[in-house]
Amino acid sequence: MFRIVRKKELNPSVTLMELEAPYIAAKAKPGQFVIFRVDEQGERVPLTLAGCDPEKGTVTLIFQLVGRSTQKLAAREEGESILDLVGPLGLPTTLPESVKRICVIGGGVGCAIAYPQAKAFHAQGLHVDVIAGFRSKDIVILEEEFRSHSSELILCTDDGSYGQKGFVTDALKARIESGIQYDAVIAIGPIPMMKFVCLLTKEYGIPTIVSLNPIMVDGTGMCGGCRVTVDGRVRYACVEGPDFDGHLVDFDELMRRNNTFREREAECRMMRAAEQAANRR
Amino acid sequence: MPNMSNTKVPSPEQDPKVRAHNFEEVTSGYTAEMAVEEATRCLNCKNRPCMTGCPVSVQIPDFIREIAGGNFEGAYSIIRETSSLPAVCGRVCPQERQCESKCVRGIKGEPVGIGRLERFAADHHMQNGTEDVQLPPKNGHKAAIVGAGPAGLTCAGDLARLGYEVTVYEAFHTAGGVLMYGIPEFRLPKDIVQREVDGLRRLGVKIMTNMVIGKVLSIDEIMAEGNEAVFVGSGAGLPRFMGIEGEGLVGVCSANEYLTRINLMKGYKEGYDTPVLRSKSVAVVGGGNVAMDAARSALRMGAEHVYIIYRRSEAEMPARREEVLHAKEEGVEFLTLNNPLRLIGDDSGRVCAAVVQKMELGEPDESGRRSPVPVEGSEYELPVDTVIMAIGTSPNPLIRTTTPGLEANKRGCLIVDEAMMTTKEGVYAGGDAVTGAATVILAMGAGKAAARAMDEYMQKKD
Repeated sequence: MFRIVRKKELNPSVTLMELEAPYIAAKAKPGQFVIFRVDEQGERVPLTLAGCDPEKGTVTLIFQLVGRSTQKLAAREEGESILDLVGPLGLPTTLPESVKRICVIGGGVGCAIAYPQAKAFHAQGLHVDVIAGFRSKDIVILEEEFRSHSSELILCTDDGSYGQKGFVTDALKARIESGIQYDAVIAIGPIPMMKFVCLLTKEYGIPTIVSLNPIMVDGTGMCGGCRVTVDGRVRYACVEGPDFDGHLVDFDELMRRNNTFREREAECRMMRAAEQAANRR
Repeated sequence: MPNMSNTKVPSPEQDPKVRAHNFEEVTSGYTAEMAVEEATRCLNCKNRPCMTGCPVSVQIPDFIREIAGGNFEGAYSIIRETSSLPAVCGRVCPQERQCESKCVRGIKGEPVGIGRLERFAADHHMQNGTEDVQLPPKNGHKAAIVGAGPAGLTCAGDLARLGYEVTVYEAFHTAGGVLMYGIPEFRLPKDIVQREVDGLRRLGVKIMTNMVIGKVLSIDEIMAEGNEAVFVGSGAGLPRFMGIEGEGLVGVCSANEYLTRINLMKGYKEGYDTPVLRSKSVAVVGGGNVAMDAARSALRMGAEHVYIIYRRSEAEMPARREEVLHAKEEGVEFLTLNNPLRLIGDDSGRVCAAVVQKMELGEPDESGRRSPVPVEGSEYELPVDTVIMAIGTSPNPLIRTTTPGLEANKRGCLIVDEAMMTTKEGVYAGGDAVTGAATVILAMGAGKAAARAMDEYMQKKD
């Protein structure tokens, strides 16, 4: 059992949870992920870590309510436990030593994963600019955290309700055009965002790492559910990823495959909305 | 006077039409009367040919004689001396290629139903036996096992019985390995597996789930915790795909994924959250037990058509004979001497057909089996909405890549010596991690042999 020591709703659809998991906390590095299972009936769901504290023996998850399992997780309160948590899985994010200046780009809840990376590389002495993009002001997360662990934070919203108006790609392009030279870009967020960041950085020849979150069951290289096509080859995100060279990833295939159980997720969201409506009445 | 019937006493089975739609066990097993009757077919041969076919050397004629005499618990005790998981082996061993293939009765007629009798003894014990676990005196040594599958559990049990303090690390949330995630409920009920695991716990074996060795702890760290020997039974690994066009389409998955969703995650049961593909027409590629399990599971999940696509003929199929027969009875359609060339998707990227080529058998290849040769111009489209690849696995790299000193061959399988020790002192390995995908019983045999060798090694260190 893994006890929840802290829970905080970051916005109506994004929750932060800190769980006791001393073995995982002792080993986890930015870029790695865990798989949780809330209860006996629950499915195994992968989540890239948003942080860990080896001294306290805790790991932090920040997750969006997507389907039944994330709803179940969010329904657990501080002091309660979940049945299973396994990790750290996958390979940590690494950069070549020659890299001095990077841009970390987070989109929406992807910022939860971009944050520990920005923090770690910033602490290593790299010049780290962060571009964090959100649909609108009401769903902005981790603003203060990013600000204190980066060289510069550029916050943007699609609708212009906060920070710069526009997509993360607009902000990135403006910076590159202004003459800033990045040795590498790390992009984490919705698949279309990562795809378009990669199209842009490819034009400028900037190496780009993306963190993928494909369908997965075991997370140890057994089910093959997480296979992605990278440079025309089948790769397994759970043991060879979740980071890959973004210029070589087949994002369209990944997007389709991630929709395999889409109808079911939509059903769960509708049921939740109906329940909430009923509760309000 | 032995029972000279040329055929085995039939084992009661659910009607194929009924069972094709449920996950209840196919065969309910012998009653006491049936077991005694079948047991009397054994001639009790002096030279015991059957035992030469058993990877764990069960004293077959002895336990059968006990059954014939009505001493079912006695039969169980005899099996138990050499086999850690009798209820499992009686159900999943390929007896027709092991013990039963050597049976003298098989020369003229059917061999003695050794597998059915083993299962009977194990089931009888589970229902009626008294569990008097005698905790062995501790010998003061510690050993660790990586992987709670058939190899690891066998090794753990044998070491615990010798007095070792044993810790098993399992990556999944449940112990059992392939017995839990791979073999379906209708062939091996999961509560039977859990009872065997509980038995090990009563012996004092500590099982730690959710521990992916190579990630959360390294082999070196496990040894630093005072474990003098470690057994690696991490099993098979990455599922293979064919490398044909269209394998990235929605609706294409590995048998491991399909079966894990159904078996381990209980996706077939109401109230469980894990989604499973709901298919109308399913192609399963492969001819082994895993392919049969996937095909029969797909029928039970409601598919109208389930095809086994296999590039050789039925005679070359590696699956247990019984599984092939059961699959056919249940309505699985066999497309032998067929091979998929590519998969076609619809506008939304879902698989909608497989382009399949017919094959014929040519000259024998290095495996000794006649190799399949394409028949030119025989391609046709098979409409399917799901394709399940059951063509094997390549070993998992997790432990190999995180353990300095552990060497693997070019296929990625761990290298071991005659005593099952890897290239790293004190680290042993067995099962699929060493052999590549094989059977439960071979993994158990390896776990047993390793336990013996580890015991010798640890005693010598004193």
